[in-house]
Amino acid sequence: MKKLINDADTVVGDALRGIEAAHSDRVRVDHEHHLIIRADAPVKGKVGLVSGGGSGHEPMHGGFVGRGMLDAACAGEVFTSPVPEQMQVATAAVDGGAGVLHIVKNYTGDVMNFEMAAEMAAEEADVRVESVVVDDDVAVTDSLYTAGRRGVGLTVLLEKIVGAGAEEGRDLDAIVELAKKVNGQGRSLGLALTSCTVPAAGKPTFDLGEDEFELGIGIHGEPGRERKKLAPASDMAQMLVEPILADLEFGGDVIAMMNGMGGTPLLELYLMYGEVTKILEKAGVKVARNLVGNYITSLEMAGCSLTLLKADDELLKLWDAPVNTPGLRWGC
Amino acid sequence: MTALTADKAAAWMADFAASIAENAELLTDLDRQIGDADHGSNMNRGMKAVCALGSEFPDAPALLKKVGMTLVNSVGGASGPLYGTFFLRLAKELPSSGDATPEVWGKALRAGLQGILDRGKAKVGDKTMVDALTPAVDAYDEAVTGGAEFGQALQAAAAACAEGRDSTVDLVAHKGRASYLGERSKGVQDPGATSVTLLLESAARTLA
Repeated sequence: MKKLINDADTVVGDALRGIEAAHSDRVRVDHEHHLIIRADAPVKGKVGLVSGGGSGHEPMHGGFVGRGMLDAACAGEVFTSPVPEQMQVATAAVDGGAGVLHIVKNYTGDVMNFEMAAEMAAEEADVRVESVVVDDDVAVTDSLYTAGRRGVGLTVLLEKIVGAGAEEGRDLDAIVELAKKVNGQGRSLGLALTSCTVPAAGKPTFDLGEDEFELGIGIHGEPGRERKKLAPASDMAQMLVEPILADLEFGGDVIAMMNGMGGTPLLELYLMYGEVTKILEKAGVKVARNLVGNYITSLEMAGCSLTLLKADDELLKLWDAPVNTPGLRWGC
Repeated sequence: MTALTADKAAAWMADFAASIAENAELLTDLDRQIGDADHGSNMNRGMKAVCALGSEFPDAPALLKKVGMTLVNSVGGASGPLYGTFFLRLAKELPSSGDATPEVWGKALRAGLQGILDRGKAKVGDKTMVDALTPAVDAYDEAVTGGAEFGQALQAAAAACAEGRDSTVDLVAHKGRASYLGERSKGVQDPGATSVTLLLESAARTLA
């Protein structure tokens, strides 16, 4: 294992010091609880948005804290859900009197920890907490016999759009409704060319042959739907687009994200994006907005994921609204 | 009557922590094969935090309740809420007087198991810790009903737990991250079933 770390046990805390050093104009860091909090939180009268998850997916979630997006992000250990205490402290820190929404990716650990946090918050404090679980990964087909569809790339788009809605002054009920709408209209699928190495484990999470790739990976190096032989990018783009279009009717405008898993150069991401747009055009799907880059990663894994979100005028307007976070910034 | 002092409960936790530390690499390696390669390191971090709790507890239930909260807030992942809920529910059923009959212990273990079922919503056969802990609690009750002493009942529980753990090798995972592997999760022993067996083996060594 070759990594730029001091000690596998202190990776997350050490990285948070760097985030603070780099972005203290927009965020503050609670080092005791491993939280990244919007610098001016709590914002009076605004619904607070808290997300969080294992570390190793940067810029998500900490990189999306700031005006127009999240109010706080809880950083867990690498690939491990944060704990209820972190979520409780974050919730209290961003409660501006209008309630707090927890944005949870559908992974067993994340869901259980956020559930416990919400139960504890309901017992102890007088802040109203609602949750939305993101589950956009079409790789998981048989949800009766699995933990259900995972929450992956759509989380980024949802945090942006719901963040804009909260900034506009929508109340908690309206924010919950908006989050559910986004979750219902978006789908993702990813592929990996290599595994990744969790610092504390010291070796790659899975083994992939030189001529193989894994289709349908999650974001923790957990293996995916099936293992296939490498193919030209045009074919691999087809393997990403087809299951997404088969899962949901995507006529009209979409917001598309071609996301890198952490170890794939932008050159290849743009190449893949070009292939994807060709296929989408043929299918009558129009990309109204896009993101190409590393937004929800899996340490140094090579590979990419595609997210499509059906976008009407409301969602496009919220998408275009100003956002000022370390990971996404426009309109300001 | 089985006297359960705070010291005895602390000895159980110290033994379990040592056992987790010793097996951390094995647990992480099993998790690497069907999960996300962190079960050993997460449990180890949690049990280190438990060992650092000190000895200022009036009775065993108070200590075990604190163990539950500590695990919830230090382990993370799914194991934190699951182990945490187990200890919180277990502690609730134990009398603070320090005297518990084997029957009361059986009720407490059953409550702990029920906590895991409520939190994780797994059933027997889903390839989780439930596949080890369920037969363990059943074996404990059966032994007590048959007139066994506390220590013997715990040993029966530990043995049944290990058997349940071994049975997970051939199962297909239906819960947690391993479930995304489908058929490919066959052939690997479940990490959670493995660690909960260490917990019951520690109990058999220290509590009676």
